Amino acid sequence: MFETLVLMLDATMRVSTPLILAALAGLYSERAGIVDIGLEGKILGSAFAAAAAAAVFGSAWIGLVFGILASVSLAMIHGFACITHRGDHIVSGVAINTIVAGLTVTLSMHWFGMGGQTPALSGDARFLEITFPFADALRDVPVLGLIYSDLLSGHNILVYLAFLMVPVTYWVIYKTRFGLRLRAVGENPHAVDTAGISVAFIRYRALIVCGILCGLAGAYLSTAHNAGFLKDMSAGKGYMALAALIFGKWRPVPVLFACLLFGFLDAVAIRMQGVVIPGIGEVPVQAIEVLPYVLTVLLLAGFIGKAVGPKAIGRPYVKERA
Amino acid sequence: MTNKTMPYAIELRDISKRFGAVQANKDICLQVAAGTIHGIIGENGAGKSTLMSIIYGFYEADSGHIEVDGQRVQIRSSEDAIQAGIGMVHQHFMLVETFTVLENVMLGAEGGALLKQGIDAARIELQRLAEEYSLDIDVDAIVEELPVGLQQRVEILKALYRGARILILDEPTGVLTPQEADHLFRILKALKEQGVTVLLITHKLREIMASTDNVSVMRQGEMVAHRETAHTSKEELAELMVGKKVRLTVNKDEAKPSQVLLSAKHVSQFDSQGVKRLKDVSLELRAGEILGIAGVSGNGQSELLNVLSGITTMDEGEIEFAGETISAKTPKNAAQMRDLKMAHVPEDRHKMGLVTGFEAYEAAVLGYHNSAAYNGKILMNRQAMLDECKTRMAAWDVRPPNPHLKTANFSGGNQQKIVIAREVEQNPDVLLIGQPTRGVDIGAIENIHEQIVKLRDSGKAILLVSVELDEIMALSDRILVMFDGAVVGQLDAKDADERTLGLMMANAFTDPDSEQSNEKGAAV
Amino acid sequence: MSQAKVPAWVNVALIPILNILLAFLVSGLVILAIGENPIEAAGYLIYGAFGYDEGIGYTLYYATNLIFTGLAVSVAFKGGLFNIGGEGQAYIGGLGVGLICLSLDHTMPFYVIAPLAIIGAAVFGAAWGYIPAYLQARRGSHIVITTIMFNFIASSLMVYLIVNWLKEDGRMAPNSRTFEENAWLPYLHELLSPLGIDIGDSPLNLAFIWALLCCVFVWGLVWHTRWGYQLRTLGTNPTAARYAGIDTAKVTIWAMLISGGLAGFVGLNEIMGVNHNLLLNFTAGYGFAGIAVALMGRNSPIGIILAAILFGALYQGGAELAFEIPTITPEIVVVIQGLVILFSGALEHMFKDRIEGFFIRRAVA
Repeated sequence: MFETLVLMLDATMRVSTPLILAALAGLYSERAGIVDIGLEGKILGSAFAAAAAAAVFGSAWIGLVFGILASVSLAMIHGFACITHRGDHIVSGVAINTIVAGLTVTLSMHWFGMGGQTPALSGDARFLEITFPFADALRDVPVLGLIYSDLLSGHNILVYLAFLMVPVTYWVIYKTRFGLRLRAVGENPHAVDTAGISVAFIRYRALIVCGILCGLAGAYLSTAHNAGFLKDMSAGKGYMALAALIFGKWRPVPVLFACLLFGFLDAVAIRMQGVVIPGIGEVPVQAIEVLPYVLTVLLLAGFIGKAVGPKAIGRPYVKERA
Repeated sequence: MTNKTMPYAIELRDISKRFGAVQANKDICLQVAAGTIHGIIGENGAGKSTLMSIIYGFYEADSGHIEVDGQRVQIRSSEDAIQAGIGMVHQHFMLVETFTVLENVMLGAEGGALLKQGIDAARIELQRLAEEYSLDIDVDAIVEELPVGLQQRVEILKALYRGARILILDEPTGVLTPQEADHLFRILKALKEQGVTVLLITHKLREIMASTDNVSVMRQGEMVAHRETAHTSKEELAELMVGKKVRLTVNKDEAKPSQVLLSAKHVSQFDSQGVKRLKDVSLELRAGEILGIAGVSGNGQSELLNVLSGITTMDEGEIEFAGETISAKTPKNAAQMRDLKMAHVPEDRHKMGLVTGFEAYEAAVLGYHNSAAYNGKILMNRQAMLDECKTRMAAWDVRPPNPHLKTANFSGGNQQKIVIAREVEQNPDVLLIGQPTRGVDIGAIENIHEQIVKLRDSGKAILLVSVELDEIMALSDRILVMFDGAVVGQLDAKDADERTLGLMMANAFTDPDSEQSNEKGAAV
Repeated sequence: MSQAKVPAWVNVALIPILNILLAFLVSGLVILAIGENPIEAAGYLIYGAFGYDEGIGYTLYYATNLIFTGLAVSVAFKGGLFNIGGEGQAYIGGLGVGLICLSLDHTMPFYVIAPLAIIGAAVFGAAWGYIPAYLQARRGSHIVITTIMFNFIASSLMVYLIVNWLKEDGRMAPNSRTFEENAWLPYLHELLSPLGIDIGDSPLNLAFIWALLCCVFVWGLVWHTRWGYQLRTLGTNPTAARYAGIDTAKVTIWAMLISGGLAGFVGLNEIMGVNHNLLLNFTAGYGFAGIAVALMGRNSPIGIILAAILFGALYQGGAELAFEIPTITPEIVVVIQGLVILFSGALEHMFKDRIEGFFIRRAVA
């Protein structure tokens, strides 16, 4: 039983990693007042770029760089539309998601001729698991051994990076000048502008950070979690990250727990496939799969707590006499 | 003060600014001596805010230049303005409401990449500023929890913290009670004594006379006069502002009020945050009278209009109107109130009274769109709407008389005529009318006032809300004064004078000695 | 302020055309980048879409779906609501159609089934729009997020229902049995051939006519009824709507019901018109494409028909293109679609402000 739990938590960590990275990415963007439903597209774009570059150069790290570049470029398009041209944030996000969905397939066809895939990656072209020192030796220590060896040890570096990004984000958002300005710009851009700070510059920087984190998430999908790019491999993770961001009320630590919860539900869904629970019968996998979305809707409806986002979110900033 | 060797704190030379076809500022020259309080007065739309926005770097002037302390400066952004030692207190505060006072003050002047580096220094500096200018405030308080007067203080602190030597205040008393305003002026005096130069933008003559050393008058985008405050008078300034003798009286006969058409009893209303916005308001409105509601903006007048017109539901009390009793349990919405022959000209025609994207003929039926006159069985009768709109445009002299023109493209006065015509032509029993002449040019004001009196004389009841005391006194037959959501005074228009009303608006009339205690929340 | 001076054709024609040209230009660059000739590609695309009868039929068949989802997005948008859940509403609408067909095709004739299927599509699609609408109107939940969530919920629900309940017995494929022919919407080529008109075999069916009727319906509803007046008031100025005594919650909910119902009609075309069974993922992104169609068509029914035909042509021509030039995938069409959303939606101010400014200055001078 305990072993099963550790295994499920282990799976939770793997599944949660892209969610955490993407949700934190969304946090930077949305706390700065830019709605980002383009997380999905950025993850997908990065997954493709990372896998493609890793396949060509044989290095996961080079892949990562390209993944991040792709994702940041998409974030800059979003910025160009929403910040520079005061476009609708949602429309811009939909546009980016759509473009990426088409472009990744078109380009992979052109470059690799494999119908929307990239070549399978192996060796250095993937991020491999890191085994902690003495992991094997300590496995037999009761309780802690299993946690150390199977749960904490044995993930790739991006998993650890994702978890590390949570305290880092907390620190950036609440303890630095950049964070103060970023939060202010999401609440009242006029206050920031009149304080002599460029609203656009802060928002662009927030989007760059957002792009970098989405880039990590995408690279994780194609060069760490999987061994190559598959058509539409982001499979709604960007939207689920958005749900987690709302569920965590735009705060780093609660967002982490929302991601873990959603990841855990995913792990449970896989475990429960075909399992018959006495008295209830077989729980359909789909019922567990939809839980993150249902929970988010319930939260938004105010049935479980209340989600109040940054005040100026989604509104283009227009300089004017107030 | 006029010492020629000492450079002016700020000097504007031939500043011009055009927005499309509108010349907002034309060849503006202004000299402000250091260490003085300089007033700039003008009507709404005279170009004061544009000018201040240019000084603070929100807009760049098309031509002309600015000198600060005798040095020519380029102000392209707020950052440049701050660098030049200019600070601004905006009409609508530029504060992050969810932040603490400290965070707001630090924003943009954090003192390092990490907040930790600047936070202690900021505390000490704020302490010093607070003592020097008697600007006491709890620096750890969340801004949205502070009363308006204190929020304004945060704005001043923000400017001073950035080392502002020139402080611009744009209509600073619009949201303040007279007591809070008094306190503000004491602060400004203290600032002046410390050598700060203050530019005070307002359209209120009283404030100019009471607090400034010099005053400049703007009219239609131009600077028309400069005066030493000691050597001018309200009357002269008023004349300079509007360009012709102001006629503050309206020709009207004695009112002949008859039966009560509407009576409100103990009406209270809470906002979404649970704050009580209307407190136990009772009033009676009679046929053939104009009841004026005076008060500083934001003291419950808007809420009163909204409740009476059915836009919001009251939480306590009841209203009797047209044989119906309306209460929290038996509410009526705006459409139902219209059916009972209540018309409403809202305070803000852009936000509420019009859909500016609609063509005039469509906007002209807003609220009456379900009326049989404009509808067939299934579809709306466009021709009927157009015909009626044309007729009204002719009758009310709306220019241009084009029912297909987008409402947004009419001038303020003509938009207001469209709204008033719409409401009055429905021949209501009761007309609620808020700020009837806000942003309306002088010619149209007289016209609108005459129409209101005409409606009264035809036996209708009119409830007039205005923040312009002159308008209230000129039009009303009876005046109620609101303060902090409650009716605090009532008087016959014959007995009303500015001083009495002013005291009532400050809720200081019955007991002038307790002024301090009335200063709600102004002291921490 | 001085928009009066901008000629009407600038906003109605010039700017949309510029936007779409820009989208095509960028798409052309993409094609160039993958080493093909964009002019040649455009030739195949246009020939595939309009060059022969079947091609036109396919173009209009795709356009049918896009008219439905485009109208759905625009009705909601007129009320100030961004319905991004057309995908889910179309999916569930198809469920409604499928259930009617599956339960009645053995017993009822076509003329009974067809109206019931129309009602089924509308009711199911509307129901899926209702919950987000209710939550927005009564509890202030942001409709964009809830409709996104409902797309996923719809997707899981359909997998569950089809795999567990509606799948044909003894088959692996996750779809229902094929309906009897009396539950098929007739193809237009079948209807027209007795009249001696030959339009070539294509999936174009009666749903296309229904889509055109829906355009007329939406046009009348939005621009010429009291309800439409209320909807447009709410969409442009919610405060004025409350002032006018408009029950904003009710209008919001009805707007989404109509929007969801319109999206649900995709099921009519796909399930009853073409596939003749209930299957997974038949919505294939039409719900999202509807956003592009509505933006392109500037929320007017005529514009939506034109935009839907344009996109329909891209879908059909894209398939032809992929056939002729195998290195180009049909997904290039998705790229173009995304670029159209980008240029005519997110970047709409880029040209608009400049061009309007040009005309205003010219008028002033």
